[in-house]
Amino acid sequence: MHGSGIQIWFFIGVLLLIYGVLIFGYGIFELATGSYPAGVQLTSLHTPIWWGALLTALGVLYCVKFRPGRA
Amino acid sequence: MIVNCMTHLVSPALLAFSTVPMAHLSLLDMIVIAVYFGMVIWIGFYLKGRSNTSEEFFMAGREMTAWIAGLSFVSANLGSLELMGWAGAAYQYGILATHWYWIGAIPAMLFLGLVMMPFYYVSKTHSVPGYLQLRYGEHARILAAISFAMEMILMSGVNMFAMAVVMKVVLGWSLTFSILISAAAVAIYVTLGGLRSAIFNEVMQFVLIWGGALLVPILGLVQAGGWNGLKKQIISNMHSDSYFHMWRDTGHFASNPMGTHWSGIVLGLGFVISFGYWTTDFLVVQRVLAAHNLRAARMAPVIGSFFKMAVPFIVILPGLLGLVLLQNPDGSRMQLVGQDVVKSCTADESASQMDAAGCAAAMSKTTLPPAYQQKVLTGAAGTELHSYNDALPLMMVRYMGPGLLGLGITALIAGFMSGMAGNVSAFSTVWTYDIYKPLINKKGSDSHYVLVGRWSILIGVAVSIGAGYLVQHAHGIMDYVQALFSFFIAPLLGAILMGMFWKRATAPAGFLGLLIGIISSVSMFVWVKFDHAALGIVALYPEATDMAANLYRAWWAFSITVIVIFLVSMITKPKPVAELDGLCYSCTVLPKEEWVPFYKRVWVWALLAVCIFAALNILFW
Repeated sequence: MHGSGIQIWFFIGVLLLIYGVLIFGYGIFELATGSYPAGVQLTSLHTPIWWGALLTALGVLYCVKFRPGRA
Repeated sequence: MIVNCMTHLVSPALLAFSTVPMAHLSLLDMIVIAVYFGMVIWIGFYLKGRSNTSEEFFMAGREMTAWIAGLSFVSANLGSLELMGWAGAAYQYGILATHWYWIGAIPAMLFLGLVMMPFYYVSKTHSVPGYLQLRYGEHARILAAISFAMEMILMSGVNMFAMAVVMKVVLGWSLTFSILISAAAVAIYVTLGGLRSAIFNEVMQFVLIWGGALLVPILGLVQAGGWNGLKKQIISNMHSDSYFHMWRDTGHFASNPMGTHWSGIVLGLGFVISFGYWTTDFLVVQRVLAAHNLRAARMAPVIGSFFKMAVPFIVILPGLLGLVLLQNPDGSRMQLVGQDVVKSCTADESASQMDAAGCAAAMSKTTLPPAYQQKVLTGAAGTELHSYNDALPLMMVRYMGPGLLGLGITALIAGFMSGMAGNVSAFSTVWTYDIYKPLINKKGSDSHYVLVGRWSILIGVAVSIGAGYLVQHAHGIMDYVQALFSFFIAPLLGAILMGMFWKRATAPAGFLGLLIGIISSVSMFVWVKFDHAALGIVALYPEATDMAANLYRAWWAFSITVIVIFLVSMITKPKPVAELDGLCYSCTVLPKEEWVPFYKRVWVWALLAVCIFAALNILFW
């Protein structure tokens, strides 16, 4: 968006970063403890780990690139 | 599909409709959802200080880039309609449902960007009814504004209902609780930040939907053995490969799962409904009008078309995967049914047991195995029935554990709330500019109209809560929405196209064409509702589905509007050509756009979109 102030992409970066860290953290917990949620399929793929890592990376990228005050 | 005759079974107490929830949210899921609500409220408060004038509040200051306007343009249509409705439609009709994304969107979006956008933008109108006022006068504007406002409220109700269903089905929350929570959040952030807030949240929602829903088709395809494995299993289960062909089996109504004909798809959907929605529905056009210059306004729908072509991957594919992967607790293949069947087989609060006879009658029209029907009637454990609209949430629960499930649910909530926000922000603009200002108070100050806009959002949300409860009177969410489109959108398209491309069209003709088009559309709907045999005339086939009937009704309503405008124009006096500058194609010299390299030109990207669109249709012929 044109104009000054926080850009929408920064808000998105913050959201993705929070979600990425939460989900990645849970994935690590799951892997470490070996306790997987009942009824969920394909747990052997460790989806929370790689999906959480992807969200975190995107979140960091957007937060840095669109941080407030950046020219 | 038979025309819905189930309205008498609907209990006024919607809350009584109880099912066993699919999942229970963990603390992590709750945190994920809470973070989203916190973020949208934060955005609302942050943008409050930037929404003080009417231009800022209603038009987001006209400072959006092509990317933001384009994403918002697509996202405004990613409410309940897209997510649950089309996943359910894909489960019912197969890949035919993709028509609503491709032929039902892409040509119209490109036409808007290449041809129509300059007129909307150059005329500097605040709304589509505002364009009608400039072209046809006050009567046409008021008629369009009132019908649009009604449509927005009903559509907002659709979104609320769909979201509440997700919460009920997945989490067991009461419908009323979900409706009130979502309505309150939307009311807060749109009232504070206006259109800018709605657009911000729509872009955020677009990212969330991909982040939350993309896992379902990825993991589903892994489990189904890839695309070929999925095809093999569906053909084996359904004994038909029609589920994988978009055009091949549309030569006759009875030879495809949707019960429609290619002529209805091309004329009704591909032309009238699609062009009506994507080029004249103010809900989506408003997003593009907020672009910062004409080039951005033209580029936005073209950018949006690429994303639109990709959406079936996260909506249609999960529906198809559901056909083979969803299982009952006993391991047998789960079969989803119509919402009316689920209701018939569910006890409401006023009765301790379901109506067994009604349930048996409803199930007899489905393909559920007799043994399973018997289990449902005896209330055996693990025999909960789910409707088509549950396909996507069921797939989410299948693959998503703590955290990811919260993200998936958040994506759905975001989609629904964004749809509601789009409806109420468009309603607010039309109410303030096209109803309140010309009819009630012509001389208010700018700040007064902003205040009216804020109040109309609150009132619009309150009224749409009531509309949400009306939604359950329809056989499925999709059919209901399609019916709405053909009431208002098709006549509006006829009036705008005639006004924009025929300088001889007169003001009385525009008004009368619009009015008679709407009346004829509603009349056809009522006629078919009370006389099923009328389907043979309206939809050209006595056993046409509701959806097919809507396509043909839209085509007739459009045709009637165009004919009326033509005939009345021939006997009334047209406007002088000088007064049509900026309003009519042959009377307008469009401003020259700045020079840009070829790879930044609108037509280059539009051409690429056309090539991809053609390739996809051939690939899935």
